Amino acid sequence: MDRNEAKSILPLEFRQVSFEAGGKRLIKDLSFRLEVGARTIVIGPNGAGKSLFLRLCHSLIAPSSGKIIWHGAHGYDPAPFQAMVFQRPVMLRRSVAANIGYALSLRKVPRRERPERIEEALRMTGLNRLANYSARVLSFGEQQKLALARAWVLRPQVLFLDEPTASLDPAATHDVEELINTIHQAGTRIVMTTHDLEQARRLADELLFLHRGRLLEKSAATAFFTKPENDLAQKFIAGDLLWWKRGEDNRKQISEGTTK
Amino acid sequence: MNDFSSALLAALALVLQLDSDLAEIVFLSLKVSLVAVSGAALIGMPLGAALALFRFPGRASIVVFINALMGLPPVVVGLAVYLALSRAGPLGVFGLLFTPTAMIIAQLILVTPIIAALTRQVIDDLWREYEEQFCSLGAGPGQRIMALLWDGRFSLMTAILAGFGRASAEVGAVMIVGGNIDHVTRVMTTAIALEVSKGDLALALGLGIILITLSLVVNGASFLISETARRNHG
Repeated sequence: MDRNEAKSILPLEFRQVSFEAGGKRLIKDLSFRLEVGARTIVIGPNGAGKSLFLRLCHSLIAPSSGKIIWHGAHGYDPAPFQAMVFQRPVMLRRSVAANIGYALSLRKVPRRERPERIEEALRMTGLNRLANYSARVLSFGEQQKLALARAWVLRPQVLFLDEPTASLDPAATHDVEELINTIHQAGTRIVMTTHDLEQARRLADELLFLHRGRLLEKSAATAFFTKPENDLAQKFIAGDLLWWKRGEDNRKQISEGTTK
Repeated sequence: MNDFSSALLAALALVLQLDSDLAEIVFLSLKVSLVAVSGAALIGMPLGAALALFRFPGRASIVVFINALMGLPPVVVGLAVYLALSRAGPLGVFGLLFTPTAMIIAQLILVTPIIAALTRQVIDDLWREYEEQFCSLGAGPGQRIMALLWDGRFSLMTAILAGFGRASAEVGAVMIVGGNIDHVTRVMTTAIALEVSKGDLALALGLGIILITLSLVVNGASFLISETARRNHG
């Protein structure tokens, strides 16, 4: 089912979600809601739990406690309406076009529709001339564009992006950001992690600030960058949050409706 | 030394003249080994892929067991198949002992663990790389196995060639269950053993030359496949 054929699976709600691994709590009592529309950027220093957060949202891992609810998905599986692009693009050992085609075949898109949708995705990402090349011989930037094409071709309602430009040069980063904006304008909800503040400024409508597995601030991008409420967020923006100090994560994290 | 030189010359003459006895033995060897390896691939590849992808109680024991079976002594396999197919054995009614089918069964038992173990390793490595992407795309268990077997095709081809190498070079098992009957179950390895014991070094050497050539071709093909894969697919 295309996103246009179904009611939105959003809002997404986390209720007291925690995640543990190896006896360590890596995500701690996260509670918040993601509504329809905005581009949400998740920022925070290394080890904040940004990637785990996205994997919880996308059901790649299950929470150790708490609930994740897609309020719009009344009675149907929300997974087919989502897609994810990873920090290191995973390319199947086949051609560029076949990588996109494989995603369509898994979602049971009728065979006759696939060539047109593949062509459209290739055109959007500027990869037409590379359609028949092996995906694994592309440059890193081209592979990330292909990963975006493979996600976008599924017409997801929500697209999760895990630091998609972390290993790219400025030109490739610019291209990928353009693509993310195009995908957003076409109606897909963007939820993306980054530790690049300038990128967050360029792309964000809404910011989530994570630190040591806790959600310390959720606010509109303009408010966050002009006057963040959380003092660790202020330090992060100022570039001072270089080292985690004992006791700093004891601060109260926000829960939906208490802090903005 | 002169004996050896004259035997080698006679062997080369047999090979170049495409001696009919020699051709028959070579043809039967290839037929038995190719059928055995095809069957082993059909069983071993899905088995290896399943062992790589699914977690279930006893999986680790099965993996260790299959790895251990890679070193199965051919004569022991031959003996087991002999007992199973002999008239008093559980499969005796089929009358397969001393037929090419018995030799195929023995080679299949020898080669299946090799292909299964190598497939498990190939698919396990690929799965570590693909897991999150496949989960994200919603690939089901069958779709995962098919896609991983396809993406690992070049490495798996090498696994199959390794199996073929083992099957075609093996002598103990096929000697016991085939009986080395002239024009019926005589293959290259059993013929070499027989001709050496008879003192007919020419035929033994001729077959040896073909066997070594075959081994070189198989290894060359394996090398070419992996090189092509590396060049074209990164």
